[in-house]
Amino acid sequence: MAKAPAAPKFIGSPIKRREDPKLLRGLARYVDDIDLPGTLHMAIVRSSFGRAGIRSVDINALTDLPGVVAVYTAADLEGVGPVPVSGLVPDARVPVQPVLANKEVRFAGEPVAAVICETRYGAADAAALVDVDFEPKEAVVDLEKALAPGAPKVHEDYDDNVAFNWELVGGDVEKGLAEADVIVKQKIVNGRVVPLALETRGVLASYDPGEEKLTLWSSTQVPHKLRTHIADQIGMAENRVRVITPEVGGGFGSKLNIYREEALAAYISRDLGRPVKWIESRSENFLATIHGRGQMGEVEMGLMKDGTLIALRYTVLADCGAYYQYLTVAIFTLTGLMIPGPYKLPNVEMKVTGVFTNKIATDAYRGAGRPEATYVLERIMDIAAAEIGMDPAEIRRKNFPAKSEFPFATAAGLSYDSGDYAGALDKALENAGYADMRREQVEARKEGRYLGIGLSTYVEVCGMGPSAALGGQGWESARVRVEPGGKVTVFSGASPHGQGQKTSFAQLVADGLGVDINNIEVIHGDTDTVPFGVGTFGSRGTVVGGSAVVIACDKVKEKMARYAAMKLEADASDIEFAGGKVYVRSAPEKSADFAEIAGLAYSAMELPPGTDPGLEETHFFEPPNFTFPFGAHVVLAEVDPATGDVKILRYVAVDDVGNQINPLLVAGQIHGGIAQGAGQALEEEILYDTGGQLINGSLMHYSLPKAGLFPRFELDHTTTPTDVNPLGAKGVGEAGTIGSTPAVVNAVVDALSPFGVRHLDMPVRPERIWRAAAAKGEQG
Amino acid sequence: MEVSLSINGEVRSFDVEPRTLLVHLLRDHAKLTGTHVACETSICGACTVLLDGQAVKSCTVLAVQADGCEVTTIEGFAEDGKLHPIQEQFWEKHGLQCGFCTPGMILTAYQLLERNPDPSEAEIRRGIDGNICRCTGYQHIVDAIQAAAVELGKK
Ligand code: FES
Ligand code: FES
Repeated sequence: MAKAPAAPKFIGSPIKRREDPKLLRGLARYVDDIDLPGTLHMAIVRSSFGRAGIRSVDINALTDLPGVVAVYTAADLEGVGPVPVSGLVPDARVPVQPVLANKEVRFAGEPVAAVICETRYGAADAAALVDVDFEPKEAVVDLEKALAPGAPKVHEDYDDNVAFNWELVGGDVEKGLAEADVIVKQKIVNGRVVPLALETRGVLASYDPGEEKLTLWSSTQVPHKLRTHIADQIGMAENRVRVITPEVGGGFGSKLNIYREEALAAYISRDLGRPVKWIESRSENFLATIHGRGQMGEVEMGLMKDGTLIALRYTVLADCGAYYQYLTVAIFTLTGLMIPGPYKLPNVEMKVTGVFTNKIATDAYRGAGRPEATYVLERIMDIAAAEIGMDPAEIRRKNFPAKSEFPFATAAGLSYDSGDYAGALDKALENAGYADMRREQVEARKEGRYLGIGLSTYVEVCGMGPSAALGGQGWESARVRVEPGGKVTVFSGASPHGQGQKTSFAQLVADGLGVDINNIEVIHGDTDTVPFGVGTFGSRGTVVGGSAVVIACDKVKEKMARYAAMKLEADASDIEFAGGKVYVRSAPEKSADFAEIAGLAYSAMELPPGTDPGLEETHFFEPPNFTFPFGAHVVLAEVDPATGDVKILRYVAVDDVGNQINPLLVAGQIHGGIAQGAGQALEEEILYDTGGQLINGSLMHYSLPKAGLFPRFELDHTTTPTDVNPLGAKGVGEAGTIGSTPAVVNAVVDALSPFGVRHLDMPVRPERIWRAAAAKGEQG
Repeated sequence: MEVSLSINGEVRSFDVEPRTLLVHLLRDHAKLTGTHVACETSICGACTVLLDGQAVKSCTVLAVQADGCEVTTIEGFAEDGKLHPIQEQFWEKHGLQCGFCTPGMILTAYQLLERNPDPSEAEIRRGIDGNICRCTGYQHIVDAIQAAAVELGKK
C-alpha cells in the first residue's frame, strides 16, 4: 500500500519558539554575560566636539591609578587597518576611518583613546581622566549649508563636502513631466533615527598565545564578514580568527557593520595576551553606532487628471556622516531602486548627492533605503490625490500592475517577482471598513473632532539577493547532518538575532526529513563550526538561508535514500521518509529508523554504489532574483489641533510575504516593524545642534515608542508565493517598518486637511501639529 | 563594604564599592546575568528585579540600599524548575524576540498582575510603560500578560 507524500506538518504552523526557554529563565548568554578569567575592560575616550583638532592626549593622570593596565592612542596602533566599507558607487570619495582618531575628530563620540583596566568601573574612571586637548572647529551639520560655497569641510583634503553623486534614470522624466496634466512637488525630510537594539553593541576578544588564535564574541549580525575584516585589519590569517555570536539582543541593521571597537578589542587582546571586553553604554550607542535614514529631498510627480502616473523625480541630499560605515552609500541607492514602488511609473529619476557631515555615519536601519523610498512616494501619492480630487485608495489602485503582469519590469530596472497589489489593498480596505471610516470622519468633523485616514501601499526588495546585483556575497550557506544516532543537526551561515530561525529552520527540516522537530538542533553564529556564511539582514534569513537549509536537506535525503535502498533491498527512488523512519513506498512493511541508516553510513563497512561514507551535505544557495513582498496599511488617527496630540485609533495591515513558514513569527516581525516605523512617524528623531553635539542622545531625551502609543494592530495577509526560492517565501523582517511610516503620517496630514495642511515632516510631534494648525486655522 | 542580601531565597554577602549599583552586584558579583542593562537613565526597564516584592529598576538602586533585602531575579522566578505562568504565556504568545527586554518585562508584568489581577488591555499597556521593547511592538507582550492573568486567575 503506497503512502501519499506527507503533507507539511510543521511548515506553516504557528509553532512556539525553541529559543525561548533559556531567554525566559534569564539563562541566555549575551556578550556581556560571558565571563572569562582575567578579562580586562576597555573604555573609550571620545570626542566631545563635532569637529576639532587634537593638540595632545595627556594620560599622566593615569600613571599611578590602580588597575590601569594600558592606554592606547592612534600612535600605538600603526598598522591596524581602517574600518572596512563596502557597497560603494563609482567615484565616491572614501575617507579613511582609522580605529582611533589621530590629528582630527570629525564627529562627537569619535574614539580618541582606549583605556584598559582590570575592572569596568575602573576603566570608566580612568577614561574620564584622560585629558585630550581639543581645538574646536566649526562643524558641518546642516546638509544644505554643507554644500554652500566656503562651508567648512569635514575632510580638508577634499574640495568640498560632496561624498558621492549617484543617479538612476529610467525612461524620460523631463518628457513625462511635460506631458503630464498636473505636477505636484514636495520637499520632504526623512531625519535621522537610531536603530536602538535593546542590547547595545559589545565585544569580548580573547587571544590565545599558545594556539596563536583569536576568538571574538561579538554582538553582530555578520560573524563571517567580521572575521574576514578583523583578520585583515589586525594582520592575522582569517582561519586564525574565530567569531562567535552569542545571544544577540536585536540589530535592525546597526550590527551589520564592522566597528572600531571590535578591531581595538581584538588588537589589544593580542597585544596584552589577555581577554578584553567592551560593552557600549547607551549614550555611546546614540553617538557612535550608526543612525538610520537621513535624507532631505524634493519629490516631483507628473500625472494625468484621471490619476495615471507619468513621471517621478526625487532629488535628494543624503546625510552620510563623517565616514562611511559598511553600507552607507549602498543604502541610498536602494532608495533609488525602489522609487517607483508598487506603481506603473514609466519614467523615474533619482539623483542623490551624498554629503559629509560631522556626525556618525548613517547606514542600514530596518528597511534600509526602502522605507525612505516608500515614504516619499506614498506622501506624494496623497498630495497628488488631493490635487486632482481623487480618493487616495483609487489613485493607488489605478496605477498598480495587474496580477497577470508579473514578473513586472520597473523603470528602475528591477523585475518584481510576483504580486497582487490590488488584492492586498482591497483586503485592507475591507478589513478597515474604509467607506465607514470615511463616513465616520465626516461625522466627527461636524462635532469638531479631526479624524484622519492614512493609506500606504508598498512593495519592498528583499531576500538580499543575487550576488552579482549586490556586489558580491548574496548567497547563504547551510549544512545538514544526520548524526550517527539518527538525530539531525543543521548548521546555518545566517546569523539570526531574535528572528527565531532556530525554530523556523527546524520546521523546514522536520518536514523535509519527516522527523520530529525535537530531534533537530540548529546551530549558527560560530565561524569555526558553521560553513562560511553571509549573515542576517535585508530580510534574507529565511528566504536565502532557509532555502539553503532546504536544499542541503534534500541532498542528505537523497544520500540517505541510497543507504536505505541498500538496507531494505529496494530502489532508492522507492524510499520514503516519514515519522522518523525510512520506508519502501511499494512495501511499507519494510522500514528502518534513522539511527540504523546513519549507522550504515558512518560505519561504511558496505557502501551503496558510487556513494561516500557519512550523512552530511552542504549547500550554498544563490538566489536568482530578489523577492518583493508587498502590502497595504490603513491607519485611523485622531488629531487634536489644540494640543497637537495624535492618537492612533486603528491600525490595519495586510502584508503579503509569500508563503509563511511560521505565522506566529511573521506576526511578531510585522508588529515590531510597524512599531518602529510608526515610532519614527510620531516621535523619533535624532537632533544635532549647530556645533555637532547630539542633543537628545539618551532614552530620557529621545522618545522611543512605548506600549501605550499603539492600539492593537489588526493584521491579515494575502499569499502570493515567489518562484525565486524553493520556499516560495519573500521575507518579512522589514515590511512593517516600510508600510507604517507613511500610513501614519498620511493619517495625520489627512486629519489636518481642514487646516490646509498638505505635508508635515516627521516626526509629527504635537508641537509641529499645533503650529501647523494654529498657523493656518480651519479653512472651512 | 559588606552587603548582605537574600537573592532568590539564598542569603549571600558581597564586598563591594559603595557606589556599586544593585544591577552590577547581581550581574558581576553574584554572576546572575539574566538581569540586563540597556540604558543608564532608568527608562528601559531591562534591569527590573523584585526588591522585597516590589518591581524596581536595579540600575537605579545602590547595592547598599538592598542590604538586608530580598531580591528576586528572573533566574529565581521559575519555581522548582517549572516556568511561572507569566513565563509560560510569554512563550505561548511569542512575547519575545531577541529576549533582551524579557526578564524585566516579566517581572514588571508580575507586579502589574499582583496589583491588578484582571487588567484591561489599556491598563496593561500603561502598566508596562516603564519597559521598552524594540522588537515586538508590544502586542504579543500584552497578549501574554492577558493570558497569564487568566491562568493565574484559575489558581
Ligand atoms: S538599565 Fe535601563 S532602566 Fe535600568
Ligand atoms: S524582545 Fe527584543 S527588546 Fe523586547
